[in-house]
Amino acid sequence: MLRFFLTRVGLLIPTFIGVSIVAFAFIRLLPGDPIMLLAGERGVDPARYAELQAMLGFDKSIPVQYYNYLVDILHGDFGTSIVTKRPVLDEFLTLFPATIELALCAIILATLIGIPAGVVAAVKRGSWLDQGLMGTALVGYSMPIFWWGLLLIILFSGILQWTPVSGRISLIYFFPQVTGFMLIDSLLSGQSGAFKSALSHLVLPTIVLATIPLAVIARQTRSAMLEVLGEDYVRTARAKGLPPRRVIGVHALRNALIPVITTIGLQVGVLLAGAILTETIFSWPGIGKWMVDSVFKRDYSVVQGGLLLIAGVIMIVNLIVDLLYGLINPRIRH
Amino acid sequence: MKKLSSLLATTVLATMLVSTAQAKTLVYCSEGSPEGFDPALYTSGTTFDASSKNVYNRLVEFNIGTTETKPGLAESYEVSEDGLEYTFKLRPGVKFHTSDFFTPTRDLNADDVIFSFERQLKEDNPFNKYVEGASWEYFNGMSMPDLLKSIDKVDDMTVKFVLNRPEAPFIANMAMDFASIMSKEYADKLEAEGKASDLNQKPIGTGPFQFVAYQPDAVIRFKAHPDYWAGKEKIDDLVFAITTDASVRQQKLMAGECHVAPYPNPADLDALKANADLEVMEQEGLNVGYLAYNALVPPFDNAKVRKALNMAINKQAILDAVFQGSGQAAKNPIPPTMWSYNKAIEDDAFDPEAAKAMLEAEGVKDLSMKIWAMPVQRPYNPNARRMAEVMQEDFSKIGVNVEIVSYEWGEYLDKSKAKDRDGAVLLGWTGDNGDPDNFLAVLLGCDGVGGSNRAQWCNDEFEALIQKAKVVSDKAERTKLYEEAQVVFKREAPWATIAHSVVFMPMSKKVSGYVMDPLGGHWFTGVDIAE
Repeated sequence: MLRFFLTRVGLLIPTFIGVSIVAFAFIRLLPGDPIMLLAGERGVDPARYAELQAMLGFDKSIPVQYYNYLVDILHGDFGTSIVTKRPVLDEFLTLFPATIELALCAIILATLIGIPAGVVAAVKRGSWLDQGLMGTALVGYSMPIFWWGLLLIILFSGILQWTPVSGRISLIYFFPQVTGFMLIDSLLSGQSGAFKSALSHLVLPTIVLATIPLAVIARQTRSAMLEVLGEDYVRTARAKGLPPRRVIGVHALRNALIPVITTIGLQVGVLLAGAILTETIFSWPGIGKWMVDSVFKRDYSVVQGGLLLIAGVIMIVNLIVDLLYGLINPRIRH
Repeated sequence: MKKLSSLLATTVLATMLVSTAQAKTLVYCSEGSPEGFDPALYTSGTTFDASSKNVYNRLVEFNIGTTETKPGLAESYEVSEDGLEYTFKLRPGVKFHTSDFFTPTRDLNADDVIFSFERQLKEDNPFNKYVEGASWEYFNGMSMPDLLKSIDKVDDMTVKFVLNRPEAPFIANMAMDFASIMSKEYADKLEAEGKASDLNQKPIGTGPFQFVAYQPDAVIRFKAHPDYWAGKEKIDDLVFAITTDASVRQQKLMAGECHVAPYPNPADLDALKANADLEVMEQEGLNVGYLAYNALVPPFDNAKVRKALNMAINKQAILDAVFQGSGQAAKNPIPPTMWSYNKAIEDDAFDPEAAKAMLEAEGVKDLSMKIWAMPVQRPYNPNARRMAEVMQEDFSKIGVNVEIVSYEWGEYLDKSKAKDRDGAVLLGWTGDNGDPDNFLAVLLGCDGVGGSNRAQWCNDEFEALIQKAKVVSDKAERTKLYEEAQVVFKREAPWATIAHSVVFMPMSKKVSGYVMDPLGGHWFTGVDIAE
C-alpha cells in the first residue's frame, strides 16, 4: 500500500510541472496585451509602456519569465494580480471556500439522487421509469447551464418568490467570516435566521451546479449496475433465496460503485468548470467568476497562479479517489 | 418547500422590519467588484463608485448632474495672472471617518492634500510603491508629472500648486477620482504598523459614507459619515450587493432585493419601464462613437471625400440596428451634456445621391476601403461589427466597396494608431473630467497624430483654437473657442460622428433624490429612501 501511495504521489510532480507550463503558456498564447487592455482607448505612450513592462517583468525573455515564475511558486509566491495589485494566493484563499461550499453541496445532491436513480433505472430496465429517468438525465446533461440557471431564477425567485435571486446570504445579516463557509459561519454568528438564509441562498445554485454531475452519475450507476446484475455471483445470490433488496443493495451495488466513485472523483473538475457559469449567474463570490474576469483582463498572474492552484486541488482530489479506489478494490494496488 | 419558504420569508421580513425601523438602508446592485479602494491606483468606474465617489472628497467636486465643478474640500481657489499658480484655501473643520480601525486626532489640513498628490508624483514617497505594481495610471495619463512643478504648503489650510505651463483643464482634473484626498495621519499610522497595503483595503476619507466591510465579490457595506462637513446623509447604511449579470440584477430589483441597479440589458427596458414599482431614469452618456478616416492617406486627405462618405451613412438605421433605442445620433465630437456643446451646428443630411455626385466631382471612382470594427462591446458602440455592416451596405449604394476587418482588442487599439493605417476605424471615447479639452485635444489635436488622434488629422485652424482654449482660464471665452472648433470640425469632417449612448438607470420608486451623473459615476449623496 505504501508503494502504491508513493507512486501515486510521485506522479504528481511531472503533472504539476506540465500544468505549470500549460498555465503559463495558455494566457500568453491568447492575443492581447494586459498593459494595452488596462490603458483602453486612452492608450499609453511608448516610454511609459516600456516602464510598465519592466515593472511587470514582461521585458524579459519567455524562458526567463517562466523560470522566475517557477522559482516564485516554489517559494510559495503565486504572484500579484496586475489588475487589483493584491497577492493571487490571498485572493484565491478568500474566494475558494465559497466555491468549495457550493461544489460540496452539489456533489452531495448529485450523489444522493444520482445513485438511487441509476439503481432504479437498472433494476427496472426497459420500463417507463427507466426511460423517464434516463431521458431526464439526458436533458439535464445537455442543458446549457446559463439558460437553466436563469430559468430557475425567473420561476422560483421571480414568479413564485420561494428563493432569493442571488448571493450567499441576505444582506440583513452581517457577521465576520471565520471559516469562509457561510453555512458554518452563519451558525457561529448566533444570529437567528442567518443559517436558514444561507441555506435558502444555496438551493438554486446547488441544483444548477449538480445537474450535469447528477445526470452523469445516474447514467454511470445504471450501466455499472446492469453489468453487475448479469454476473454469476448475483445469480447465485438470487438462487440462494436472498431477498432482492439485499442482492441489489449489498452484492450488486457495492461492486457497481467502483466505477461510480471514479466518476464522482472526475466530477470535481466538471464542478469547478461548471462553477464558472453558476457563480456568474448567482453572483456567487467564488473562484470561477474570478478566473473568467482575469482571462478577459489578461491578468497573467491570476490566470497562471489560479489555474495552478485549481489544478492542484483537482490533482489532490483525484489522488484521494485513487487511494480510496485502492482501498475498495485490492486488485488495483498490486 | 412552500411551508419552509413561507416560514423563511416571514422570518426575513420580520428581521427586515426590525432593522428598517432602526436604520434606513439602501441596497445598490453594483455591476462588479472594485479592484481596490484607493481610486488613484485604478481606472475603472466600478472601483470609483466604491471608493472616490462615496468615501472620498476632492479639492473641487463635480456638481452632480453636470460637468461643471464646484468647491469641495477647498472653500475657494485663486489662479495667478499667468495661469501658472493655483492657490486652494481649505475648508476648516473637515473630519475624517472614525472607525474601528482608525481614530483621527485632527481635521483635514494641507499635509493631507500634499500627501495625496506627492505619493503619486514622487518616487521617494513611502506610498509611491506601497502595493506591488502601483502605477498611478490616471495621474500619468492626465500628464500630471509634466504639468506639476511643485505643490507647496503656504500655511496649514492653504496649498499652492505651481504648474510648468498654463492649463485651464487643471481645475477639472482636480475633481477627478485620482485627486481624492486621503488622510496622511492614517497613512503614517499604517506605515508605522507595517500595514501600508491596508490603505487600499480599508479606506478612510472625508466623504459622505464611510467604509465598514468588504466581502470580495459579494458585498460592500458603508454607513453614513456622522460628522460629514456637508451634513449627515439621509440614508444610514449603503450596501453594494455585487451582481455581475444584468438579467440577475433586473430580477433582484423586481424582487425588491435591491433598490438601484445600473446597466440594464436594452432588451429588458420595456419590462422595467412597465413595472409599477420601478422608475427608469435616462441620460446621454458622456461619450461619442465615431468612424475616423485616415486623413494622411488619399483620397481621405480630401475633406470633400470624407464629407461625401458621411452623407452616405444612415445614422437612424444604425441607431435602430445597433443601439436599439439606447443611443442618440451624434453631430459633434463632444456629447450634448458637456459644456460648450455647439447646438447650432447642423448635421450632414443623409443623402446618398448627393454623396455620390460629390465623390464623382472629386474624381473618386470605384473606391475600395476598409472599415475596422472593434471586437468588443463598448458604451459608445454596443456592436461594432453590426455597425460596420450597416455602413458597408450604405457605402455600396454610392459605389464604395467596403471590406470589414477586425483584430483582438489590445492589438486593435495599437494598430489603429499607425499613421499609414489602411482604412477608417470605428472607435469612441468616454470623458474623464467633463472638460471639452479631454475630447477635442486628446482625440483631434496635432499632438495625438500617430496616437490617440485616430483620424491622423492635424488642422492649423482647429489646433489654434483648442490650444488657445487650453491656456485661457475664463470659461465664457473657452466656451466660445470650443464652439468655433466644433464648426471647423464639422466642415473638415475627419470623423463620421455616429452616436452618443443613452444610459438607463432603473430604481425602486421608494428612492428619491438620485441624480444621474453624465460622467458615469454613481453617487448616493442626497439620496433618500421611503420606508
